[in-house]
Amino acid sequence: MIYLKLFLTFFKIGLFTFGGGYAMLPLIQAEVLKNEWMTNTEIMNFVAISESTPGPFAINMATFVGTETGGVFGAVCSTLGVVMPSFIVILIVASVYEKFKKNKVVAGCMTGLRPAAIGLIASAALSLAITALFEDGISVSVFKSVEFYVSAAVCIVMTVLALKKVHPIKIITASAAVGIIAGYALNLPV
Amino acid sequence: MKKQGKLYKIWLLFLTFFKIGAFTFGGGYAMIPLIQREVADKRKWITEDDILDIIAIAESTPGPIAINTATFVGFKTAGFFGAFASTFGVVLPSFVIITVIAYLLRNFSDYKGVKYAFFGVRAGVLALIIKGLVSMYKQVQKNLVSYVVMGAAFVLVAFFNANVLLVIIGCAVFGLVTSIVIGRRAKNDLS
Repeated sequence: MIYLKLFLTFFKIGLFTFGGGYAMLPLIQAEVLKNEWMTNTEIMNFVAISESTPGPFAINMATFVGTETGGVFGAVCSTLGVVMPSFIVILIVASVYEKFKKNKVVAGCMTGLRPAAIGLIASAALSLAITALFEDGISVSVFKSVEFYVSAAVCIVMTVLALKKVHPIKIITASAAVGIIAGYALNLPV
Repeated sequence: MKKQGKLYKIWLLFLTFFKIGAFTFGGGYAMIPLIQREVADKRKWITEDDILDIIAIAESTPGPIAINTATFVGFKTAGFFGAFASTFGVVLPSFVIITVIAYLLRNFSDYKGVKYAFFGVRAGVLALIIKGLVSMYKQVQKNLVSYVVMGAAFVLVAFFNANVLLVIIGCAVFGLVTSIVIGRRAKNDLS
């Protein structure tokens, strides 16, 4: 049953991601690809939408995947699923939080979880990069296509701008504008 | 405000977190300044010190920072129903907006212009993820354990298709074991 599956999958995602930002991306990517709910291309499109709409990435993603696979009730199930673990854990932690702060087991696990998040996001980024730059897989012919050079140029310029702390929404708007202009000017295939 | 009672406080929690959910772009960390202003400075539900604690706790408990923070502040202010109201409030704006967007996308994603826009945007998103990685890398403690974990997590998932969940659990256990071993050794050196 799709509703139960959405709930359980997003419950798992909520339960096993630690930290903010893109920490949730690797697990979402793994689960969503496995269930064939979205492709890498769709995930990247959606990251852009999520960055340009208010609210946390995890909630946006859960709602979107839920809507696409099971309508509004599907969205309720997946969003509930991703929220539930935090909600329960925080309720428990909030009542014992002086002890929690000093707990050595928690601190020990975190020394592994923090760097793990970086390695996992890097791996997610690599697979998204392959999709963005080499849509049909890496081959010699890719380097003859105009799309590859446009994508690579946009990515490099935008990375430099992002590192200079240009706001994500500006980055996305600018990238979309370049995409539209280059698309029509060079008559790229879509 | 005391006279207006708990129910009113719960309603205010909902409204405050609804506002926070509706006006923060980019998720958890972007919310912190707004939470500070609305919840600590304006309403005085929690103190500035609480905010630092909340960030630390949100980082070491599972789930999105936004949800962790909303639940925590709600619980401290008005118990279980406070937690429920603020979490519901912070989720609701995203939920409504994304449901609408999903509907729009279904109707407009076949236009050539939209496809070109997304073609550009995918490269931009990659840039944002790379930027996110760089800032996370700057913040993480740099020692042998963290380099080993980072490298192992990356290689296992990127090249050996390892299960992400198992890698996360493995890294937590590895972190725990190494911190115990290092702690013991430090103790032995002292004695």
